[in-house]
Amino acid sequence: MGFEKFLFYVFALILIFAAVRVITVRNSVHAALFLVLAFFTSAALWLLIEAEFLAITLVLVYVGAVMVLFLFVVMMLDLNVDPVREGFIKYLPVGAAVALLIVIEMGLVVGSSYFATDQYSLVARAADYSNTKELGSVLYTFYVYPFEIASVILLVAIVAAISLTMRRREGVKAQDPGRQVRASRDDRVRLVHLAPEKKK
Amino acid sequence: METLLTVIIILLKIVALLVPLLVSVAYLTFAERKVIGYMQVRVGPNRVGPKGWLQPIADAMKLMFKEIILPSQADRFLFVLAPMLSFGPALAAWAVIPFGDGMLISHLDAGLLYLLALTSLGVYGVIIAGWSSNSKYAFLGAMRSAAQIVAYEIAMGFALVGVLMAAGSLNLNQIVLAQKGNLLCWYWLPLLPLFVVYFISGVAETNRAPFDVAEGESEIVAGFHVEYSGMAFAVFFLAEYANMILVAALAATMFLGGWLSPFEGIPLLGNLFAFVPGAIWLVLKISFLLLLFLWFRATFPRYRYDQIMRLGWKVFIPVTLVWLLVVGLGVLGHVGPWFH
Repeated sequence: MGFEKFLFYVFALILIFAAVRVITVRNSVHAALFLVLAFFTSAALWLLIEAEFLAITLVLVYVGAVMVLFLFVVMMLDLNVDPVREGFIKYLPVGAAVALLIVIEMGLVVGSSYFATDQYSLVARAADYSNTKELGSVLYTFYVYPFEIASVILLVAIVAAISLTMRRREGVKAQDPGRQVRASRDDRVRLVHLAPEKKK
Repeated sequence: METLLTVIIILLKIVALLVPLLVSVAYLTFAERKVIGYMQVRVGPNRVGPKGWLQPIADAMKLMFKEIILPSQADRFLFVLAPMLSFGPALAAWAVIPFGDGMLISHLDAGLLYLLALTSLGVYGVIIAGWSSNSKYAFLGAMRSAAQIVAYEIAMGFALVGVLMAAGSLNLNQIVLAQKGNLLCWYWLPLLPLFVVYFISGVAETNRAPFDVAEGESEIVAGFHVEYSGMAFAVFFLAEYANMILVAALAATMFLGGWLSPFEGIPLLGNLFAFVPGAIWLVLKISFLLLLFLWFRATFPRYRYDQIMRLGWKVFIPVTLVWLLVVGLGVLGHVGPWFH
């Protein structure tokens, strides 16, 4: 067994362990941190197949930004798990059915001819082969329309999210930095000349 | 056998990089106290050793022999893990910083992305420390830090996109080589707004004054590390300074020409300074930027929290977006000596 294969199995075991712990651990902050571990190990797995751009982007986007916000929210909630577990037996059949459906779907996709990985072998690349450059040139030429459409959809989602939560409230004492900067001495200070009082 | 030799060579390289780095971290704390001391018309530490030069070592000894106190009901594992999480990325990032043409540990092609990913990981140390301490003040500090870092990460990323567009490469070695020429050919000039945005975001990202609301000793005691003592606190302390050196090194590499001499190609001066090795120039540039860090701390009062958020989202991100357009036009028109 080569060293790479050994690394693969180590990372794969950690990944499966972390993924299982995400849904079994009781503390929600621990669950989020296990999810971080899962992202990290899958990035390591991608590095093993020389997809360094995807691997680093996974860490950058999911671990660096998404999970930080996730933790932010989860930490604020003081979750009590017991009431959530009350209906466990009641919902078990529905949950099991959904899980089974997902397993079947995944089996159909992964097991089909599209994903027959044994047909493909890892393509050996020269040392100066740049995964990033290759990805960029394909993304901006061949896949330019899907890429642009996806980015417009994301933009629409951002605008929609902001416009849904933006409310104008009366009587908000927000500061206007522009006005603060424009303020001069004359606006704030009034010099009063008082005649000195005379002693009687 | 050959792989073993490569591993040993890599390990030696790492040691050769980390030992000077840790010494500089220790003496940066000394430099900070001295510089701020002189700026405030006092002398700073001058009792331990000749002129106070042994002060960092005395500090380290003191912290090492102090007791590490675990708060009651703290999450023990995470409590101990947090300082390591904040120190680790600051050291790992040095793998891709070049000290000379090809003088770096890892020739990673996506070096810039790797750096961005690692610098965004530092926040986990702060957040986990704040949460696992089981303390209100620590928790407030962690919340502040999380929001702040997410805001400034974006501006920082965009600033680096400008560098990447100008250099046409993600490899830090290539980025430095693309700035070849005298000091007017470096990227600080055509990318001046991005340089400013990057450096200020760097100050915010390292939780340094005037953006140190995560510590905020006047309002939330010491923020995320209020419950830490002894070596665990020392690791947080070291991580802050290691991160400062890292941000300074990155700014020097990407905007100030890295290891390049400022007088290259200038008659007379260029030949006069040709003997100075590149690593020295890099260290000088890093030291200058570090001085700025200390200077900021001695000069500016702490920002209010809403001002920090406003600066990040409403000023820096629009500025970088506009300047990316300018850089794009510059690259299209091959303007000046910068855009090839």
